[in-house]
Amino acid sequence: MSLLKFDYSSLTPGKKLAVKYFIVAIILFGAQLLFGLIAGAQYLVPGLFYNKLDFNVVRMVHINAMVIWMLYGFIGSVYWLIEDEAQTELVGYKLGNLAFWIFTLAVAVVVVVYLFIQIGPGNQTSLWLINEGREYIEAPRWADIGIVVCVLIFFYNVAATFMKGRWTGIAGVLVLDLVALAGLYLAGMFYTPNISVDQYWWWWVIHLWVEATWEVLVGCIMAWSLMQVLGTPRKIVQTWLYIEVALMFGSGILGLGHHYFWIGTPEYWLTIGGFFSALEPVPLVAMVVHAVYDAGKHDFKNRNHPAMAWLIAHAFGNFFGAGVWGFMHTLPQINLYTHGTQWSASHGHLAFFGAYASINIAMWYIAVQKLRGDVPFDSRLPHAWRWKSALALLNIGVLGMTMALLISGYEQSFIERAIEGSTWAGYFKAQTAKWFMQGMWWRQVFGYATALGYVLLVWDLMTIGKDVPQSVIEADRKERLHGQKTRG
Amino acid sequence: MNKTPWWASESFWRKVAVWITGGMLVILIFLTFDTVKKITAGSSRVPAYSVINKRIYYRFNPERGFMEPVIGDDAPLFGKMLSEEEAEKLVSLGKMTIQAKNCMNCHTLLGNGAYYAPDLTKAWLDQGWGAESVRENMMVSFLMDPKTNGRGYGTMRRMPNLGITEEEAHGIVAFLKWMSSIDTNGFPNNFKTIPQEGDQ
Ligand code: HEC
Ligand code: HEM
Ligand code: HEM
Ligand SMILES: [Fe+2]
Repeated sequence: MSLLKFDYSSLTPGKKLAVKYFIVAIILFGAQLLFGLIAGAQYLVPGLFYNKLDFNVVRMVHINAMVIWMLYGFIGSVYWLIEDEAQTELVGYKLGNLAFWIFTLAVAVVVVVYLFIQIGPGNQTSLWLINEGREYIEAPRWADIGIVVCVLIFFYNVAATFMKGRWTGIAGVLVLDLVALAGLYLAGMFYTPNISVDQYWWWWVIHLWVEATWEVLVGCIMAWSLMQVLGTPRKIVQTWLYIEVALMFGSGILGLGHHYFWIGTPEYWLTIGGFFSALEPVPLVAMVVHAVYDAGKHDFKNRNHPAMAWLIAHAFGNFFGAGVWGFMHTLPQINLYTHGTQWSASHGHLAFFGAYASINIAMWYIAVQKLRGDVPFDSRLPHAWRWKSALALLNIGVLGMTMALLISGYEQSFIERAIEGSTWAGYFKAQTAKWFMQGMWWRQVFGYATALGYVLLVWDLMTIGKDVPQSVIEADRKERLHGQKTRG
Repeated sequence: MNKTPWWASESFWRKVAVWITGGMLVILIFLTFDTVKKITAGSSRVPAYSVINKRIYYRFNPERGFMEPVIGDDAPLFGKMLSEEEAEKLVSLGKMTIQAKNCMNCHTLLGNGAYYAPDLTKAWLDQGWGAESVRENMMVSFLMDPKTNGRGYGTMRRMPNLGITEEEAHGIVAFLKWMSSIDTNGFPNNFKTIPQEGDQ
């Protein structure tokens, strides 16, 4: 590690584990983008890898890599913050390390099987060994069980560490949230021929993850980060955290109903799902207010500018991607036409990136600062253009893709859903419409911008803070000694 | 210094968070019991698997204001009337094949999945199959060899050969027929069906 001048060995056990998780997360993020680009290209060049690496396989790798890298990022983030929060060392480093390697090995095996075996005959063995064919949770059943075991070990580590050390408000929310997050996964682990029942429970995993438990998890990470980066008092962030939990679960749990409009479920879900999901943006507004208010209150003064920028990007990304883009198609009167079109993909991209990719990236910058010996990442940072360009390219890239998909989504809703009535021929009428195809092209162009941003990001994470002059380090140390904690 | 008012205190909001979460969960669990009952195969919204023995229509219901499946006369699939168990077995083979072949990462089913290929909710009723009399066999041969039997409608986008056996193809067609009988509150709207005997 000396080559990159990482100060790994002096880290505490929890932070050591965290770095491992972060590294795998970063690699899988790259894999996600690579496969996204291939999937996008298959819209434009339909013969690409035909009957070799078909769209379904490419897309599965794209979205699975995303789910897994985000889970890795979250686990890493919790391991990173837990010792500071509990004020004690992680209790089970060895066990956690073992779980990390098992988990990572399992992920590697699953990816190899996805890519080289791809599909199987229609029997239980295929579902147990190859893939389960259910979007986002395609992992074969054996891997599901492995994931559950690793998450249980993680959970034990978190709960036991808090129990041994200090039990805080953030600890309480985090531990309960992790129970729910792991428990929900079980709802996706069964087979039924009944597609309505299948999708009913499938949405418990997907929706109650991203619109309830994951939101609260990042709420905890955000609360901790604001204390860390800005020095916001604990009382304020914890009170906010409770408010966010109340609003998020208050709207998000029954907001689940916005997926129960058209899958065979009773008509009352049109009302319940429409009403409660329409309230889901409220907590997301609250989060923006909170983050921006706190940052403003501290005159945006902090020692880690890239992390702060990504935290702000998270607050806005969450609000726009989930809140605004989600709200736009959440009422059944609208969703009847947008359901299952590029419209959903538009929302999916901005929401996952804005809400979850961004906060993970912020955590990586918080971690890398420590790894560099806690040098200041402020206005005196050399090569700051790198993190700024990475930030700009990634955000412009995803925003551009989102807008392109939105236009294609509107075309598809009008032509396929509204006029043609969603038939086979109607589907292709929309797919070949000029403006639909334009959107597909622009998505690809912005996809390349996103990928370029990723390359810059990795480069930056590997080099940031290496060339901070000794004089700056000295000056920063003095400033902090004199209680002048922060600097613009 | 003035004290924090009760409405801004940590302990107040902690209680609110706990009660709201608990309350919402209870409502969700209650609704889940009701819903699962109503979507079990054999209910009015989700018919029994043996519905594949019948003709299925998709018609506008002026009272509800949207289209709904209507179950008609006998029209056995592949010319064979099946018992409830046999029907379930066949549909289940289809569902299992759909999962094992990962169809949902190209297609949507009930509108959920991927957007690279047509929605399959009402695929059984699609005009693309030409006429009722040839539909079943066309579907089977399409599924077993989509490369040769595909359309693409002027695009090069085609479904790949997925190594589907004849038995599995029968299962898939049974599954698609059964799925088209699910009451989906009018999704997809305005779907134009293949002409079938008994159409008004
Ligand atoms: C790689 C993507 C891909 C996969 C995987 C895939 N399909 Fe398709 N499917 C397509 C495309 C593209 C079309 C349009 C083909 C055409 O028009 O020639 C299509 C067409 C169809 C149609 C006719 C369309 C309609 O509206 O009725 C049916 C039925 C169908 N597929 C069923 C399946 C089933 C069942 C599976 C899984 C066993 C499956 N497909 C897997 C891409 C895919
Ligand atoms: C960070 C939080 C969120 C993420 C990551 C997210 C992500 C997604 C994704 C990926 C899908 C597509 C699912 C599929 O593949 O079928 C989806 C669907 C949907 N989301 Fe969200 N979402 C979030 C929050 C919200 C919010 C707050 C709302 C409403 C206000 C919302 C409304 C919807 C609706 C209505 C659909 C269904 C789309 C359809 O009918 O096809 N989402 N979401
Ligand atoms: C390199 C840039 C990217 C490209 C070209 C790309 C392309 C694609 C394509 C083609 C699909 C399939 C959509 C379909 O079924 O038609 C897809 C799905 C998806 N992608 Fe990406 N993607 C990229 C980056 C990302 C990023 C950064 C995220 C989030 C962090 C993301 C999240 C998703 C999600 C959640 C889906 C499923 C959407 C749904 O089902 O509605 N992608 N992407
Ligand atoms: Fe949702």
